[in-house]
Amino acid sequence: MKAAPFEYVRAESLDHACQMLALRGEEAKLIAGGQSLVPMLAMRLLAPAWLVNIHGLAELQEISVVQDQLVIGAAVRQCVADADPQVKQSVPLLSKALHWVGHAATRNRGTVGGSLAHADPSAELALAAALLDATLSLKSARGIRQVAAGDFLVGPMMTCLEPDECLVDARFPIWREDRSGCAFEEISARHGDFAIVSAAAQLGVDQAGVCTRAALGIGGAGPMARAFSDLARRLVGTRLEEALLREVAQEAAAQLEPTGDLQASAAYRRHLAAVLAKRALLGARRELVLSP
Amino acid sequence: MSEETILVSLEVNGKQVSGLVPARTTLVDFLRDELRLTGTHAGCEHGTCGACTVLLNGEPIRSCLVFAVQLEGQKITTVEGLSQPDGSLSILQDSFSAAHAQQCGYCTPGMLISAQSLLDRNAQPSDEEIRVAISSNLCRCTGYQQIVNAVKLAAERMARE
Ligand code: FES
Ligand code: FES
Repeated sequence: MKAAPFEYVRAESLDHACQMLALRGEEAKLIAGGQSLVPMLAMRLLAPAWLVNIHGLAELQEISVVQDQLVIGAAVRQCVADADPQVKQSVPLLSKALHWVGHAATRNRGTVGGSLAHADPSAELALAAALLDATLSLKSARGIRQVAAGDFLVGPMMTCLEPDECLVDARFPIWREDRSGCAFEEISARHGDFAIVSAAAQLGVDQAGVCTRAALGIGGAGPMARAFSDLARRLVGTRLEEALLREVAQEAAAQLEPTGDLQASAAYRRHLAAVLAKRALLGARRELVLSP
Repeated sequence: MSEETILVSLEVNGKQVSGLVPARTTLVDFLRDELRLTGTHAGCEHGTCGACTVLLNGEPIRSCLVFAVQLEGQKITTVEGLSQPDGSLSILQDSFSAAHAQQCGYCTPGMLISAQSLLDRNAQPSDEEIRVAISSNLCRCTGYQQIVNAVKLAAERMARE
């Protein structure tokens, strides 16, 4: 369980990190908190010739609200995002997702961008990004581009990041509905371990209680976290009756193609997906009732 | 071919220390092999068991998931740093002994660090809070109950002091 030898460089700036990637290409890997990367190095699933440390870069540490988006720098540590009042207030679903990410000891080092770029199919932050349709900024020496989370995640541990690109920030839409509610549900062997399945939902309604906006997503039950925007759109204009929410949850689960492993069979994952999606939708609706 | 080494300087348990190590040396290996501080245990070496937990600038982290070179100049506290200045056991350590919170002892350094970091933030934790605090530390012997009892006992003793 020891990483293969590599050359180490601490990036002085984001531009420096991008130059290193431009120079070394596939041979280099960025390291921030290392909470996903170091195990892969230890197991020698990866053996890059160069590691470029971006953990301390001030440019990647900011959390801000810019118009209708919460912008989180890629190297913001998960514990910092978790404790940030702006995050909780503007995108409460993200706060709820963070609560399920790893353990205190891993959240103290692990970063928001690191989890997104690692793209584990069961990662909570990837699920939150996919379902809220977050936009990710990717920078290289060639320039900067923005991609939707749904296009960023392309498979298990796979993203659309080119070898010379660095994830710079994630921009989560802030909902400004009259009232909104959200919920995040997960089953794992031990709280903080990888999700067997997770599901999350966010609902918005007008003064009369009619749904104006809806989002639903499921993680851990396919190659990547998945949003069900077509199904969620079906809720808009309704009063979010329980029977309808159940039906949407069932249909979402039916669209998945989970695989089985030591922890859970494919059939069990599909079952969990339906149950958790239903709980997430009902939980989000419950918050609507409770909110003033 | 010998591997290139890098000079790493840290503050460990209040002392300035340094060592020449390859970049791939994790903090746990740096502590154990370079500094001979073998109180911190290496279990799974990939972030699952929590045996290697230490404090980085006062916050618990897994020392197998960080390379020593990444921490240049930072403050580390290991289990050796928990005991009293004269080397006798801290209240928490003594409570682990009194409440039979260890059997093989493999998980103990990580448990102590996680528990101490909880008590530093929260002097009167509930059972639930204790369980959450040690939830990232695996113990294959005790069944956890004695560990929860030990942390409660330590909190009571500290309150009385
Ligand atoms: S040795 Fe670090 S978590 Fe197991
Ligand atoms: S006492 Fe043996 S693992 Fe905890």
